[in-house]
Amino acid sequence: MSYIKGLKCRECGREYPKEALYVCEYCFGSLEVTYDYEKIRKHLTKEKIENRKKNMWRYRELLPIEGEPTDGLNSGFTPLIKADNLAKVLGVKELYVKDDSVCPPTLSFKDRVVAVALSRAKELGFKTVACASTGNLANAVASHAAVAGLESYIFIPADLELGKVIGTLIYAPNLMMVEGNYDEVNRLCSEIAGKYKWAFVNINIRPYYAEGSKTYGFEIAEQLGWRTPDHLVAPCAGGSLITKIWKSFKEFHKLGFIPEVKTKMYAAQAEGCAPIVNAIKERSEIIKPVKPRTIAKSLAIGNPADGYYAMGVVKESGGWAESVTDDEIVEGIKLLASTQGIFTETAGGVTVAVTKKLIEQGVIPKNESIVISITGNGLKTQEAVQNKIGKPAKIKPTLKSFEEEVKV
Amino acid sequence: MSIKVRIPQPLQKLTGGAELVEVSGSDVKSLIADLDKNFPGFKDRICDETGKVRRFINIYINDEDIRFLEGDTTKINDSDEVSIIPAIAGG
Repeated sequence: MSYIKGLKCRECGREYPKEALYVCEYCFGSLEVTYDYEKIRKHLTKEKIENRKKNMWRYRELLPIEGEPTDGLNSGFTPLIKADNLAKVLGVKELYVKDDSVCPPTLSFKDRVVAVALSRAKELGFKTVACASTGNLANAVASHAAVAGLESYIFIPADLELGKVIGTLIYAPNLMMVEGNYDEVNRLCSEIAGKYKWAFVNINIRPYYAEGSKTYGFEIAEQLGWRTPDHLVAPCAGGSLITKIWKSFKEFHKLGFIPEVKTKMYAAQAEGCAPIVNAIKERSEIIKPVKPRTIAKSLAIGNPADGYYAMGVVKESGGWAESVTDDEIVEGIKLLASTQGIFTETAGGVTVAVTKKLIEQGVIPKNESIVISITGNGLKTQEAVQNKIGKPAKIKPTLKSFEEEVKV
Repeated sequence: MSIKVRIPQPLQKLTGGAELVEVSGSDVKSLIADLDKNFPGFKDRICDETGKVRRFINIYINDEDIRFLEGDTTKINDSDEVSIIPAIAGG
């Protein structure tokens, strides 16, 4: 059963049919899926959701497909961990980590968006899928396309971490390593997308693809016992995730599943690529593109397509924004590992370090509930911490050698 | 003077399906004016009511975003190639 009404320009409100369209022909605003919420209200209840399988498709009525989901059937429903050890270090009362570093099957939140994108791309008749990626999306598209038996073309910047390259190649896609940064890869891909009739998940399938991120927010609200946190820190690259988490909370409220949303949303970026954070902190109306220089390559988008919407969410919610240095990112990764046993990638180091900074600044109060978004796995970005975590003690296979090394 | 301009798919209806057109101009502003003369309605699509390039449009001269140059007053030379590209999502 379909609950999609159509597509609508986020800028001028012009309406479009539910096809593979992504920008408004008139004002170039991006298109967003609209739903028949009355119909959803009749069919969906909290109890119904709770009785479904523990994956992202338990919110299927609020996702933009028309038939049954076909991809990512085991993706999502990742743990929301009450992070008491980390809370103690940060001096706060109620802290949670939403842990997509273990999202099946490719260990990042991108499995959610790709599950929706591929299910929808097949409905629209595509046989080939493609994407421009900073790594996590590349892994997810290659994996899901392999399962679906679709051909895939994946474009990544040449300086990507080895873990993300291998984590893509293992699925045998057509992998194109582009000599340039992500913004240049993006630019190339939008030219290719105009010429080849492929489902580019983050270009012509973008309105559907982006909706997959809502499941990250739906899960947070459900796992907190049908409420939203007082504060939520989200990483920003293109700016879509924070926008969709906010939308997910609003939709749950609209359907009467949760009380009024009072969550303050915080945008987290690396100092070496902080166009959204800088605009918010400078109270500027304009987001100035930057040339990224940071170890947080998954967030290294200098020209964020959804930056204005991310900024809007932060303002509307009464939140704020902060950026952290590469050293602080590494410390953030280590802090989460040593307190909660979670090894996150650089983007997670950014959200942990930004949360710490905002608490220290007094922006986030210590006695209210906080959720930190962890969106990817540290095994994919080992280069970032390789020389900053000590070395193993080398010993001979004898008790003597061990006891010489370890003074117990 | 002739400058090659790459036209994005959503605007190709205005250029009769052409993805590459040749126009003239000494800077970004005059280039947009000439595009509008050759393909009426072009300016309204890529500029807002104040005449500024819309915030979701990226214009590149050769490989550089004009926001890293001098915006719509950036000078353009004869052999330059200009691309107009809508913003796309992260990944």
